[in-house]
Amino acid sequence: MAELTKKGIGGFLARQGILVAFVIFMVGFALANQRFLAMDNIFGVIRSSAILGVMALGVTFVVIGGNLDLSVGSMMSFSTIVVLDLHDKIGPTLAIPAMFGLTLLLGAFIGFLVGYLKLNSLIVTLGMLSAIHGLTLTWSGGKNMDIADKQGTWFSIFGQGDIVGIPMPIIIFGLLALVLGLILSKTPFGRKIYAVGGNGQAATFSGIPRARVVFFTYLVSAFCVATAGLLQASRSLGSQNTVGQGYELEVLAMVILGGASLLGGSGTILKTLIGVLIFGFIENGLLLVGLEFYVQDIVVWAVIILAVWLDIAAKRGRLWSPIA
Amino acid sequence: MTDQTPVLRLEGVVKTFPGVRALDGVSFDLRPGEVHALMGENGAGKSTLMKVLGGIYDPNEGQIYIAEEPVTIASPMQAKARGVVFIHQELSLADELSVAENIWLGELPHKSFGRVDWKKLYDETDAILKTLNVGFDARTRVGDLSIANQQMVEIARALTVDPRAVIFDEPTASLTDAEKVVLFEVIADLQSKGVGIIYISHRMEEIFKITDRISVLRDGGYRGTLNTAETNEEEVTQLMIGRKLDLSRNESHHELGDVALEVRNLSCGKLFEDVSFSVRRGEVVGFYGLVGAGRTEIAETIFGLRDPSAGQILLNGEEVRIHSPMEAIARGISLVPEDRKGQGLVLGMNCRDNMTLPQVDDLTAGPFVSDGAEVAIFDQYRDKLDIRTPGWRQIAGNLSGGNQQKIVIGKWLSMHPEVLIVDEPTRGIDVGSKSEIHNLIRDLAAQGYAVIVISSEMPEVLHVSDRIVAMFSGKVMRTFTSEEVTEDSLIQAISGLEGDKVA
Repeated sequence: MAELTKKGIGGFLARQGILVAFVIFMVGFALANQRFLAMDNIFGVIRSSAILGVMALGVTFVVIGGNLDLSVGSMMSFSTIVVLDLHDKIGPTLAIPAMFGLTLLLGAFIGFLVGYLKLNSLIVTLGMLSAIHGLTLTWSGGKNMDIADKQGTWFSIFGQGDIVGIPMPIIIFGLLALVLGLILSKTPFGRKIYAVGGNGQAATFSGIPRARVVFFTYLVSAFCVATAGLLQASRSLGSQNTVGQGYELEVLAMVILGGASLLGGSGTILKTLIGVLIFGFIENGLLLVGLEFYVQDIVVWAVIILAVWLDIAAKRGRLWSPIA
Repeated sequence: MTDQTPVLRLEGVVKTFPGVRALDGVSFDLRPGEVHALMGENGAGKSTLMKVLGGIYDPNEGQIYIAEEPVTIASPMQAKARGVVFIHQELSLADELSVAENIWLGELPHKSFGRVDWKKLYDETDAILKTLNVGFDARTRVGDLSIANQQMVEIARALTVDPRAVIFDEPTASLTDAEKVVLFEVIADLQSKGVGIIYISHRMEEIFKITDRISVLRDGGYRGTLNTAETNEEEVTQLMIGRKLDLSRNESHHELGDVALEVRNLSCGKLFEDVSFSVRRGEVVGFYGLVGAGRTEIAETIFGLRDPSAGQILLNGEEVRIHSPMEAIARGISLVPEDRKGQGLVLGMNCRDNMTLPQVDDLTAGPFVSDGAEVAIFDQYRDKLDIRTPGWRQIAGNLSGGNQQKIVIGKWLSMHPEVLIVDEPTRGIDVGSKSEIHNLIRDLAAQGYAVIVISSEMPEVLHVSDRIVAMFSGKVMRTFTSEEVTEDSLIQAISGLEGDKVA
């Protein structure tokens, strides 16, 4: 066996650091609170992760394509408010497709700016974060949105229903993960996303329409956001205008935690699922050991920094390097 | 030889890299007030030598003397402090800063509390600019200057110290004729002040116009110094090319088919003008010229990456308009690009996926990419091109340069193109793989492909081409058959000299 030199340990941490950190977290939480590893708690974590997880699936597409999407949080607020408002105006059967259409329109707009006009995705989606928030407030007039007849609508099945005991959000999350996972790993479109994110110029030289590929990654992201909005609206049947606020960073953290590179070209749906679960368990564990919810914000930030650091360290092959 | 003390002298300088002797015992001296040309083919060791002088590389053996004093140069700053300054081919200026700030970057004059002494800065800069007779002042933003004037800023930067030796690396590459005159005046002025000048250029006419002596490097070795007044282009050319290199011409011609690609009077702005040529099936046409002669731009235009400003492209006798690589590929045109890592491969992707990338849409079973079809293509071209990799899952970035290039070639061969364009096929590839790729190119022609090879290496062009198109600054100077071409005539053609000087 090779000696575990200092560099060897650094290299191992750089490659597997997230898993190591996760195991330490889990053991710590389990010792601190017996309930942490109980079945119902684990189920609860997955269930409460579903909405963010659905959004993370879409952002995975965008990130692999070499871009960012910071607009998903406020876009999700938009979807939620719109579907709740339309529910009472045109009925759920029409409200759902209308909301999906409007959300996809927003995604197409971002995709056009980033893909075809080649604008920097950070700036575009950061701007859209506030612009869509403004749009949402305009739509709602600044008021909270509630369904009038909460008992009498079938609309609640997406967020509150279950099939053979498995909650609907988990089923929808799982199905979407399966379909998007297949698209990403098995279809020509998926392959092109990796090529465009990995080396856009080489993709162009191979005849891949780079702009179109980027455009579609944002459509996928918008579709996932719309689904998340549906789950959120259906679960609560009423909502504030700011329901998705801050989600963009949590979602990005999940994707990066799973191992997708911010530089594009790497990551998988499976890895993102792992990132989602790690994130869910850490949040849950912090609550169980009695930390206030706002402390989570600090932890989220720390986890993002850790994940980005490890991402770069993995590229260098060591944790720290004097140059670049 | 002379009573003057050389300002700069090298003795037996050796620099090795793993597997390469980049500099092999180079000795020469630079006298005060002379313009000394340094010549050699691409890869002869000129830039390595300059990096040794500039303190970027540490020589393995040998000694550098400045004014007959043995010195070690450890950094560009040290070189400058000793009066050895460089004017680089690629400008290294900050566009957003003023002329004065660029010139004194890193050593701005200070007042108390670290404040910049602007008055002193501008005064000193204007004094230097005055000696250069330029039409701009110290406060001008560098980004607003023409390339020629930016070069003047670089020169002004060199004059902030009292230079002993100034090294110009291809200074005229991007200058117009009028701007060259100004540059040559500046050089003459430095010369009259007793500064020694090393002048690196490929352009024979300039060399003979302004230099006093010419030193030639070839394959990292020093091949001699000639007095410019006593020599001629032919002698210099011979010294540069030597007889050691394999300059064998391609002699086996394959049966030629119809014209696959014809280009008529094609122009793209000022990148290239009025270019006409044709390529038959079974034929390799080589494009030879200096960097910047417009060869790559022609390839990119045919491949749909640039829109031509005039002229026609005909495929199989039919005029086509191509606006994107996608369209080019659909019409059977393939390009193995010059920059293998930047344009040819997705380095983080595995070998198979890289190879099948352009046709991934067609390799499907139902909605999904067919694993079997992809692996079959990879296996076929791995065997055909003898790609050495542990398996298709290997990440392309982990392969050697030669194997990477074969992946890119395999990527396009598997598309069964009508026309294959190969840009600098062996750049950065070791000697063994080079000849493999050369043989491969000949084989492809034998199989009936129409092949265009763009190369800056003369042995390569001579080796693979049935015909050679010589280009100089965006224009086709002459087309040679492999029977009539000689090294001299080729060098003259790509240097912009008329071909009729030689038979």
